[in-house]
Amino acid sequence: MNAGEAAVALDRVAVTLGERPVLREVSFRLEAEQFCALIGTNGSGKTTLLRAILGFIPVQAGRIDLPAGAIGYVPQKITLDPGLPLRARDVIALGLDGARFGTRLPSKARAVRVQEMLRAVGAEEFAEQRVGTLSGGQQQRVLLAHALVRRPKLLLLDEPLANLDVGSTAEIVALLRRLSHEFGAAVLLSAHDMNPLLPVVDRIVYLANGCAVSGKADEVVRTEVLSRLYGYHVDVLRVHGRVVVIAAGARTESRDALERDPVHTITVP
Amino acid sequence: MDSICTWGHMGGFWCNQPVRVALAVGGGAALVCAVVGLSTVMRRQAFAGHALADVSGAGGSASYLLGINPLFGFLGMAAAAAGVMEWAQVREARERDLLTGVVLGAGLGLAALLLYLDMTVRNVSGAAITVLFGSMFTIPPSIVPVALIVAAAALGASALIFRPLLVSTLSIDLARAQGARVRTIARIHAMALALAVSLAAMTVGAILSTALLIGPAAAALQVARRPASALALAVLIGLAATWGGIALAYQSYYWTPGRGWPVSFFIVMLIVCAYLLASAVARRRSGSSATAPLSGCQEH
Ligand SMILES: Nc1ncnc2c1ncn2[C@@H]1O[C@H](COP(=O)(O)OP(=O)(O)OP(=O)(O)O)[C@@H](O)[C@H]1O
Ligand SMILES: [Mg+2]
Repeated sequence: MNAGEAAVALDRVAVTLGERPVLREVSFRLEAEQFCALIGTNGSGKTTLLRAILGFIPVQAGRIDLPAGAIGYVPQKITLDPGLPLRARDVIALGLDGARFGTRLPSKARAVRVQEMLRAVGAEEFAEQRVGTLSGGQQQRVLLAHALVRRPKLLLLDEPLANLDVGSTAEIVALLRRLSHEFGAAVLLSAHDMNPLLPVVDRIVYLANGCAVSGKADEVVRTEVLSRLYGYHVDVLRVHGRVVVIAAGARTESRDALERDPVHTITVP
Repeated sequence: MDSICTWGHMGGFWCNQPVRVALAVGGGAALVCAVVGLSTVMRRQAFAGHALADVSGAGGSASYLLGINPLFGFLGMAAAAAGVMEWAQVREARERDLLTGVVLGAGLGLAALLLYLDMTVRNVSGAAITVLFGSMFTIPPSIVPVALIVAAAALGASALIFRPLLVSTLSIDLARAQGARVRTIARIHAMALALAVSLAAMTVGAILSTALLIGPAAAALQVARRPASALALAVLIGLAATWGGIALAYQSYYWTPGRGWPVSFFIVMLIVCAYLLASAVARRRSGSSATAPLSGCQEH
């Protein structure tokens, strides 16, 4: 870790899964307390990138610099067993020291911290319920609290907005932005729909073709920048205050993906 | 202590040496099985637990041939099977089940051979019943100290991995992100499981030890909402069923003069009763919470 402010810095990172080079050369840097969206179509490698940062999968080349201490993480796919005897409150408490060996007697200080987290994410109402029996959005809040309770300097959220309705999406986005300020954590949040995020993000990392561009939204989401990233011509259109990225060029695999999933409907503030 | 020996025929119960051994070894086995069984059920490894218990029967059978303490026989075989299953590093649930099935088949096949040899070579006629279904009143007192050490080791291991095991049961990824050593934890758990099933096999037999391992935990999980209460309830059910079963079996000598029924039968029946009771409580609870909000939907 260098002495700078970076919450995470990637330098020419390459990751191969099986035979497939998923990330070819990804570099970007996230400063402390920045709120950043990781954008890309399905299969572009967002989850792979986050798992590489966490050290779950090895990198073939390049380096990843991380701050000392805890990293908060909420995975993309997580099914919480309704049969587990764990209340929302217990799950958050496990975020404090769940990795440590040995048992521990309950303490007042821990209970207070858990209660603070429950309040921060708005989960007091269902604190006593078994976590597996909560709704998707409620579980998302509990997992967020689990990730934040150790006050990490970096929070990695994999598609936290998937499966949320419009109202809940706006609520969670506002909550994330507020918590990032409150806890002084840099946030790297993956999504394939940028719309709800654009009003609040400091920057975006746009992933395509195994490479990434990063910067402010209006620096990245431009015809020439994205065309260079995709390796063929794409149009960034502004329609009714929204930005739409449309493929228009040679048929390639990733172009198909973009046509199948034209989710890059981006509202520029 | 010995003054209670004069309390009617239950006085005889407390002062009877085989009964005391059964209470000590059975109590230890019930306690350990409740604790280890709870994490086993939560990790959805009930089948692996059952397989280890059955396979340990081959070790129990071998102990008669080798002339060693049967607990060491059960333990050696269960530990070897747990080692094979854990170190094979199978991740996917389906493949894990297949491997478990293969290990189970191999272990039972071996047990069949060893039991045959016990009966033909060593002339131990009751070996099959004792190994497979237990015979608590014939446990030699020399086993008590060894059993207590095994129990303490299993409980120590369970306490050590209690928290990280909970997190990795919730999600392996969450545990790894927190820095938990998930493989080490899984291996320690597998060894605790081997210790637990060998103790259970010693008391209720290799085949029935599944009941002691899975039953109390499954019953507790139906009603408990937090880890500590699930643990307490599982231990309570396990101990009550085991000690209650021993008392009933002792009583049964008076119902059918001179020919008491097997302890294992009573223990397993009491566990089944506890499970049914817990199911009823859980159903009542969810029933009462489900009907309230629905009734409001009828009025438009
Ligand atoms: N274990 C694996 N072995 C081989 N290839 C894999 C493996 N896991 C993922 N991949 C491939 O890597 C690519 C990137 O997958 P990844 O899950 O990172 O995408 P993603 O951007 O998170 O997609 P989504 O938006 O659908 O979550 C995909 O093409 C996928 O097929
Ligand atoms: Mg993904």
